[in-house]
Amino acid sequence: MKKKLILILCTIATAAFSNGCGKKSENTLTVLNYGKYIEPEVLEMFEEETGIKVDYEEYITPENMYTKYKAGAIDYDLICTSDYMVEKLIKEGQVLPMNYDNIPLAQNLDEAYFDFSKSFDPETKYSLPYFFGTVGILYNTEMVDESKVDSWDILWDKDYEGQIIMPDSVRDAFMVALKRLGYSINTTDEEQLREAQKLLLDQKSLIYSYLVDEAQDEMIAENAAMAVVYSGEAGFAMEFNDNLSFSVPKEGSNMWIDSWFIPKTCTNQENAEKFLNFLCREDIAMMNFDYVYYATPNNKVVEQLDPELQENTTIFPPKEILDNCEVLKSLDDTTTTLYSELWLELKAYSE
Amino acid sequence: MRNLKRQLLAGPYMIWIIGFILLPVVMILYYAFTTSSGAFTMSNVLTITHPIFFKALLFSLKLALLCTIICLVLAYPLAMILNNMKSGHQGFIVFIFILPMWMNFMLRILAWKMLLSNNGIINTVLDFLGLPELHIINTPAAVVLCMVYDFLPFMVLPIYNALARINRDVIEAAKDLGAGSITIFFKIIVPLSMSGVISGIIMVFVPALTSFAVSDLLGGGKVLLIGNIIEQAFTQDYNWNLGSGLSFVLMLFVLISMTLVNSRDTEGGANVW
Amino acid sequence: MVKKSAERIYLGLIFLFLYLPIAVLIVLSFNNSKSKVHWGGFTLKWYQKMVSSPTIMEAFWTTIIISLASALIATLLGTMAALGIDAMKKRNQAIMLGATNIPMLNADIVTGISMMLLFVRFTRLGMSTVLIAHITFNIPYVILNVLPRLRQTSRNTYEAALDLGATPMYAFFKIIWPQILPGVLSGFLMAMTMSLDDFSITYFTKGAGINTLSTMIYTNMRKGINPEMYALSTVLFTVALILLLLMNFGPSARKEKRA
Repeated sequence: MKKKLILILCTIATAAFSNGCGKKSENTLTVLNYGKYIEPEVLEMFEEETGIKVDYEEYITPENMYTKYKAGAIDYDLICTSDYMVEKLIKEGQVLPMNYDNIPLAQNLDEAYFDFSKSFDPETKYSLPYFFGTVGILYNTEMVDESKVDSWDILWDKDYEGQIIMPDSVRDAFMVALKRLGYSINTTDEEQLREAQKLLLDQKSLIYSYLVDEAQDEMIAENAAMAVVYSGEAGFAMEFNDNLSFSVPKEGSNMWIDSWFIPKTCTNQENAEKFLNFLCREDIAMMNFDYVYYATPNNKVVEQLDPELQENTTIFPPKEILDNCEVLKSLDDTTTTLYSELWLELKAYSE
Repeated sequence: MRNLKRQLLAGPYMIWIIGFILLPVVMILYYAFTTSSGAFTMSNVLTITHPIFFKALLFSLKLALLCTIICLVLAYPLAMILNNMKSGHQGFIVFIFILPMWMNFMLRILAWKMLLSNNGIINTVLDFLGLPELHIINTPAAVVLCMVYDFLPFMVLPIYNALARINRDVIEAAKDLGAGSITIFFKIIVPLSMSGVISGIIMVFVPALTSFAVSDLLGGGKVLLIGNIIEQAFTQDYNWNLGSGLSFVLMLFVLISMTLVNSRDTEGGANVW
Repeated sequence: MVKKSAERIYLGLIFLFLYLPIAVLIVLSFNNSKSKVHWGGFTLKWYQKMVSSPTIMEAFWTTIIISLASALIATLLGTMAALGIDAMKKRNQAIMLGATNIPMLNADIVTGISMMLLFVRFTRLGMSTVLIAHITFNIPYVILNVLPRLRQTSRNTYEAALDLGATPMYAFFKIIWPQILPGVLSGFLMAMTMSLDDFSITYFTKGAGINTLSTMIYTNMRKGINPEMYALSTVLFTVALILLLLMNFGPSARKEKRA
């Protein structure tokens, strides 16, 4: 009896340890990405086709990602994040140059977005565009006065107390306030940032919740009247609830582009590039687009979409809206620290 | 001699204690008292006096106390009723009240989220009955409610165990000597069940004080407890020193409150079950 | 009589409070519409989706492996430790028990963070780090269950057996082991329960792509509605219910009652 017990114990223990011991087995790829940002089946297909096991990890905000990466507890091979965070990590020397020869299918991507990436990756040697979009207000037409949604002001309207969802991400939340005040979203002026924080503090009593990925579901379920969301989320939510609509306010907004990069902790760059090439493949990019529903830079996908979808201005923001948008830049350390202080004060604030 | 040999059996555990209990505590202390460049500092620990952090700590204390009191008020009568039941089904009935605990902690939070949303099930029912809606999701009230739900069994069990251990003869004797039921309750039952109450308070208060998941998921980003601040220091702000400093404060805090509550009963968690 | 019905009502209310949320999850798991409130007809598709979702199934198996392995190892180490501690002098016993109390008294978040700080310094986070963390917070439950039993065992019988020529091993397994076995088992069960339900400690010590049910559900909840989770709740609840019924009405329970 006892011997049997010990035997079982040993088997389980060895199984558990050998399964996930600190060191990685050779053919794996550790990927870090935003939540809900890849069709899970794509990962399975990649594993099947290449025999490379993908350890897939998600995060919520770019700041979460930065911390996860810098903690050094896990050696990531490939990370996807937003413009300003890529810029910050490039500046810190944390990014390896990509070998585009290993990603031949990158030619499916529209040249325009590589040009666009130059704002944070000047020589376009570190990043590969994944999805892009804007930030705006997703609102329920039954609950909201549509004549007012063309301005960020509506988010401070007392009529909608307890029905507003704001992003639970520091730069996005401040972007809204800064734009409402008419300032640049990349300001480093402490006065302006404090003014923006004051606005957000005033707004807090009207807020239903601060959310990131959950916002679209809350809107579909009609738990709130409006939410500040990324354009693709809005497009997705509108498919599920006909009462929903989207607007990018006239004061201007943020245009963002999320890109893949290979961090210095990468142990198998070839696998990482294989994965990127896979993502650029027409069928895979299509599956991914259907799931994620953000604007894709992949020409092959765009060509295949229904004309109706191609002209969907929520998903594919038209030029006049983009021209009115700013891109987030990485900020100096002092401002970053100030941002986290102001954010913490906001989150802790109550009347 | 033989005794020494037997003591050696504790050897592996001793190594485990040093490696995985003491060393981690040392790590926390190290980070708590150094700056990111490794120099000694008290500032991480002292940040707790900063208004924001202090407020969060007080607020967490308030919620944890509230939660503990509600649990106690709900659990004590429940434990008494269960204890007085006919012994035939007793075990089964007791299990019925523990069963929800076997469902994953996260799923219990999910259930409350479904119930409490603005447009959720409770409000749909209230609407149907023509009653005013309940808007407590994303407020501290929802967080306390869910914590009470989560931790109630931790209060019921030890109290029930303590009550079950009371010798019926003592109560009978008191009755024979003319004690009324109120006297019996306050002079016999309450004092004799105190050890259970204390275990229960500890089992509820500590997780309620330090949890971050409930406030994260039901607070809508608006309820900031000390646990959330610590979690954010590690997952968002990349400030391990600050996070460790606050963890250290929390550790002290839990230890002190434990000693206070526990001063009359030294067995602590040992007799919880 | 009034008291009786008041008691009944109170029990009923608490019962409702405890089970209403679970009932809601179970009902929703059969709801064809993704919405939280509208009934879209009966379906089993969320169960199908749950079974075919690699994320959920992997988390499920990881949870089983971690909690079984950690509870087993903790039971082995803990029982040995209890035997050793029991033989120690009072002062050494106090020191050992003091250290044992640290993970029990410390907040989960502090335990999790402290272990993460240690692991990050010396290795990379993975499955083994989660396992080590779970063993660490499991051992105290075993020790605290075994030690009281051990103190109740009578030394005399054991000494007598030795005097009659039994080897210490033999005497241990014939005399002490049966007496402490209930403590070992309940320690094992408690360790397993704690491990199954843990969130905070796993959250801080897990490596990339490794999830237990708790952390998987947490990540999923932060992404929005996921009816597969309702199906999962129903399954877990049913399993717990069946275990409970077996324990109460199964053959072993009946034997106990007769005795």
